[in-house]
Amino acid sequence: MIRPLDHKPAFGPTADTPGPAEELLEISMGPQHPSTHGVFRMNVVLDGETVVRLKPVFGYLHRNHEKIGENVSYLASIPYTDRLDYFSSLSNNWAYVLTVEKLAGIEVPERAQYIRVILAELTRLQNHTAFLGFLLGDMGAWGSVLMYAFRQRDEVLDLFESLTGSRMMCNYMRFGGCRCEFPAGWLAQARRVVDEFPAFLDEMEALLVGNEILIARTQGVGVVSGADAINAGLTGPILRASGVDYDIRKVDRYGIYDRFPFRVPLGAEGDTYDRLMIRFLEMRESLKIVDTALLDLPDGPILDPKAKIRNLRPPVGEAYGRVEAPKGELGFYVISDKTGQPYRYRVRPPSLINLTLLEEMCIGHKIADAMVILGSIDIVLGEVDR
Amino acid sequence: MKPITLPGSGIAKGMAVTARNLIGSYFNPKRLVTVQYPEEQSPLPENSRTVPFLVFDGDDPEAGLRCVACLTCEKECPPQAISIVGARNEKGKPAKHPESFEIDITACMGCQICVEVCPFDAIMMDNDYHHASFERFESPILTKKQLAKPNSYYHRIKPTEAAEVDARLAAERERKEAARQKRAAANDPSAQP
Repeated sequence: MIRPLDHKPAFGPTADTPGPAEELLEISMGPQHPSTHGVFRMNVVLDGETVVRLKPVFGYLHRNHEKIGENVSYLASIPYTDRLDYFSSLSNNWAYVLTVEKLAGIEVPERAQYIRVILAELTRLQNHTAFLGFLLGDMGAWGSVLMYAFRQRDEVLDLFESLTGSRMMCNYMRFGGCRCEFPAGWLAQARRVVDEFPAFLDEMEALLVGNEILIARTQGVGVVSGADAINAGLTGPILRASGVDYDIRKVDRYGIYDRFPFRVPLGAEGDTYDRLMIRFLEMRESLKIVDTALLDLPDGPILDPKAKIRNLRPPVGEAYGRVEAPKGELGFYVISDKTGQPYRYRVRPPSLINLTLLEEMCIGHKIADAMVILGSIDIVLGEVDR
Repeated sequence: MKPITLPGSGIAKGMAVTARNLIGSYFNPKRLVTVQYPEEQSPLPENSRTVPFLVFDGDDPEAGLRCVACLTCEKECPPQAISIVGARNEKGKPAKHPESFEIDITACMGCQICVEVCPFDAIMMDNDYHHASFERFESPILTKKQLAKPNSYYHRIKPTEAAEVDARLAAERERKEAARQKRAAANDPSAQP
């Protein structure tokens, strides 16, 4: 039901937005929406179908994660980090555990490092697969690509469940290693999943890459230049799709990523099509990494037996640890004051910072493109709102 | 990416993929993944976890309960879902037994930290997910009676883990027994020096 405005819009036209106020329509693509990737709201001012202004409104999933972190022990924060970007819980675990290990100076044994890399790359695989499904659903593919994607993603989630006990809330990393050893048959199952994945990627590429409808809807839509992306602090696939070569796995070489040869795909145009296709390429590179890691996995302990899990009191200081999460640079900034709880616990959420340029990307495009652009940024509200 | 030749060929190729999935679902079980719940239920892997339960050895859920009410799990539980009241004996000293042990499963995250920190292998993760009820206040608080399950149940849902725990507890008991006998022999006045 569309009716013309009878009041001045709340953040409405200024000197630089065209058109008299009576011709603009302000809608709230409200928090309850099948395509907003969670409870995310966009106040959009439209001139006909073209977006003139866009204001994102979020906070509907704010759960006081950082405040809770100040009041529970370091160990107890780990299950809460699962729930930040709830699609990639193992990456969140690793980022937090990396930070506390930096703070307390804890070493990680070799086998645990390999396990962390395997699980982080499997997380990237299932996250990008889910992204594919959701973006195509946003475009109106009515769930068929979603179902194919989730069918494959379920294989990876089954792996997580048999190792960690839970499909999504894994709670697996600990300070100084990993929680438990692989159950019998896990490595063979992982090998099978990794071997069958390229066939799925080939099928998805056959379905999507040349599809004229997809190309018409995504090429030239939501273009971000490399310079703008760097100025806005974007990280992750969206930055690389704009042509900037910055992958934290190559820059920081945290864990043992320097032992795995993999390429970093870059986009040329910085539009939605590039952001979609770059994830296909990233998935193929992740498969190479998991392949190598499964072959080279050494024996040994996964956790130092003398590692302090309960009552960890790191020395006074601060640490910032970051990983290349599937959505971008996930960073944790922890300040310790020698008690069992951190003094300050701050999460740098990639999804929130990647939303910085949402308005600039959408202005001038149609309202339907705004949905596709939002989908291509790949946000998760658990991370945006914490 | 791939160059387009005929107009519409990309869409046609995509339709071939969906057709292959549709026809294939009649022949290839990997293409049809729907599980007709509740008539069929997917088997859960052994490590699967939902909410905790308390283990008791033997037949008596009170006498065989391994929990000694040390309150470690209550302290470490991140959402503070566990509430324990330790029993006191006649002299008012703590008896090594919980008088009440409640878990609020609306708060419990299933994070399994209580299992990790328990020094007595008394609390383990269950994999039962049938917790739905018709009211919101009484049923989600699981009491000691609802939580206490026998060691045989633990063996049934998690055979590998239960076998390891039993082996560890048996070794612990043997070690304690050997130490006790050594102490008794050392204190025995009738032993030869």
